[in-house]
Amino acid sequence: MVEKGEFVVVTGPSGCGKTTLCRCLNGLVPNFYTGELTGDVLVCGLDIRQQPTNVLSRHVGFVFQNPENQLFSLTVERDVAFGPENLGLTREETRERVDWALKATGIEDLKDRAPYELSGGQQQRAALASVLAMKPEVMVLDEPTSFLDPKSSLEILRVVAKLNKELGITVVLVEHRLDLATRYSNRIVVLDKGLVALDGPARSVYGKQAHLIGIGVPKVTLLFHLLKQDGVEIERIPVTVEEGEEELRRILAD
Amino acid sequence: MITVKKVRYVYPNGNEVLRGVDLHIEDGDFVAIMGENGAGKTTLVKTFNGLLKPTDGNVLIDDVETRKTSVAALSRSVGLVFQNPDHQLFCETVRDEVAYSLRNFGYPPDVIERRVRGILETLDLMPYVDSSPFMLSGGERKRVALASVLVWNPKHIILDEPTIGQDYQQKDRLRNFIVQLNTQRKTVVVVTHDVEFVAECRPRVVLLSRGRIVADGKAEEILSDSTLTEKASLLRPQISILFSSVTGLPRDVIDVFSAKAIINNAVGGQS
Amino acid sequence: MRVFEGFKFSKLQTPIHAMDPRAKFIMIMVVFVISLLFTNVLILAIILLAQIPLIWLGRSIRRWGGSMKGGVFLAGLIFFMNLLTGSTFTYSLAMTIRFLALLSSFSVFFMTTSPDDLGLALEQAHVPYSLCFTFTTAVRLVPTMAVDAQTVIDAQRSRGLELDRGNLLKRIRNYIPILIPLIVSAIRRSIELAEALESRAFALVSKRQSLIVLRMKRSDYLVTLISVLLLSLAVWASLYAQLPSIEIPFELPRLW
Repeated sequence: MVEKGEFVVVTGPSGCGKTTLCRCLNGLVPNFYTGELTGDVLVCGLDIRQQPTNVLSRHVGFVFQNPENQLFSLTVERDVAFGPENLGLTREETRERVDWALKATGIEDLKDRAPYELSGGQQQRAALASVLAMKPEVMVLDEPTSFLDPKSSLEILRVVAKLNKELGITVVLVEHRLDLATRYSNRIVVLDKGLVALDGPARSVYGKQAHLIGIGVPKVTLLFHLLKQDGVEIERIPVTVEEGEEELRRILAD
Repeated sequence: MITVKKVRYVYPNGNEVLRGVDLHIEDGDFVAIMGENGAGKTTLVKTFNGLLKPTDGNVLIDDVETRKTSVAALSRSVGLVFQNPDHQLFCETVRDEVAYSLRNFGYPPDVIERRVRGILETLDLMPYVDSSPFMLSGGERKRVALASVLVWNPKHIILDEPTIGQDYQQKDRLRNFIVQLNTQRKTVVVVTHDVEFVAECRPRVVLLSRGRIVADGKAEEILSDSTLTEKASLLRPQISILFSSVTGLPRDVIDVFSAKAIINNAVGGQS
Repeated sequence: MRVFEGFKFSKLQTPIHAMDPRAKFIMIMVVFVISLLFTNVLILAIILLAQIPLIWLGRSIRRWGGSMKGGVFLAGLIFFMNLLTGSTFTYSLAMTIRFLALLSSFSVFFMTTSPDDLGLALEQAHVPYSLCFTFTTAVRLVPTMAVDAQTVIDAQRSRGLELDRGNLLKRIRNYIPILIPLIVSAIRRSIELAEALESRAFALVSKRQSLIVLRMKRSDYLVTLISVLLLSLAVWASLYAQLPSIEIPFELPRLW
């Protein structure tokens, strides 16, 4: 259950089902992929079984892993316009949405460039803008940083977090890169073999069980867990580097 | 040995990707080539097995000029594992897929059978020997691609972005496997931008930026240098950022275990 | 492969690129029809050469040269087929020049018109949107697939595949390790593309208003007018005018 405005990070070892889960959120499962679905998935009050994906996409935006295959036009502007055009908006409304989405993702200067000319990080931002232009209430991102270098990865997550904070868009982010994503999350959900194994704020999730399941807990967290095991007095296990700095200063000062 | 002398590479469309690279890798070295997307990392390693011949300069593999040798001949000693396994899988079974290169190189059938079995066992792929490679999961397909290159036992092994799409445990296994290869005196070159992965194995790091080598040395020194990492669009490992924020701690620590030892010492010495 | 370079779109800022694709299309069609109206070698040569300033304006001379070089084989074929079936040297030359003129005009069109604009032109001509989109996407995917193909070739060569060895049968079989990953890659790409389309509400509503509209500028209307005038002139000339011509008295040596 995800509340409006939350920033949820979904993670887990390969094959745990996170890809399938996030595709349930906009109806690609079960409408695009065949198979059996038991149980219910309701997104923004809509039942995914009863609504086709293109209807659900009014409410749920989806950013895919590979930036290359989600941009189809010859300019970024047209790609961002694609979604609103499909929604049947008038030219003026589309124009407004496009300008707004480009501004919100910080890529107005790229609007006349061809997507294939852009770097991976810029492409993902363009993909983000084209999803944002549809004004969804929920944004699902499936490992958007997979093909990006570290700096671009940080950038894209920063933009997503900004959208979550400033526009109240609910974010479901499937990620391996917990070192970058944790700081923006209010909740981590760990899947294992198709079931939810852990669900809660990062601090409570990043424990021994998480390590056993095999997720990439941030190094800083791992370090302090090991120190605690060695008998060092840790007040609060950090989940981000900043928290780690605080805690480190504290234990060294004593 | 892999020797790169003043190499420039210009693509047919005019894009100059390598702008004068000098590099020397000894047998048995473990090197991570890092840099931003577009820095020229993949272009550089493609000159190692002759897929790309340098526009200027020379690449020598075990003192043989790549310009004068065919890709097939060079590949016997330089095994290049590509980033996306789907760009090479085409056989009906995993066994055939892994045997493909051996057939190309003209090995006799009994040797092929033995070698294929050997590598599949090493990489935990025996359960899939008769399966179709297309039916396997992403991680498994990556292992099949790796097996299909390792099977002919090349002296130098190059992995292009082996950590993309891999989860924590798979990366751990990969790390251990590389160490194993190294102990067998194989040269291992990894092209990657995964800083945390490199931080845990601490190889020699060659940092490429815009077609030039901007740093070449120990991982601890290079990855904890924020000017260098900034230039190559990398982020410093978390441990490095952590340590640099507190005065009195050594600046070149990048992995968890060293960090733990140092902190234990520092804390222990105060009680 | 060079011949394909002459049909690939390059984004440049030239007067030819900036022309409305519909006006450009009319211009090309006029060149096409006029080429077919005449068999006079001088006139056809003029038609071919008259395109060169246009190509120069479109800054595409080098790539056009590539497509001309690529077309040499077919041009030669046309020339010799004509000679061998009894036409005069002059006539055969004329047919060859006509072929090159036609090739040039289409080359200019595709080099200076973006597939997006072509798709828009089709859309505004009331062709169903899904067809326009299919067309545009297909064109857009061609360079991507070319890169994929090169990667597959590289990967297989790194496993010892030698494409330039062996008898004909072996060489053909050597392409299987290239075709299969390519096809699989194309299928995967299409699936990812389809997922993205669904997620962006493709085909949700039947009436679609696109953000960008192609509008004919005054210069476009002017070009269209000139094209139509030239066409009329050409039609009249082909029917009534006495046109200067040359005959090249050259006989193929009788080899048989």
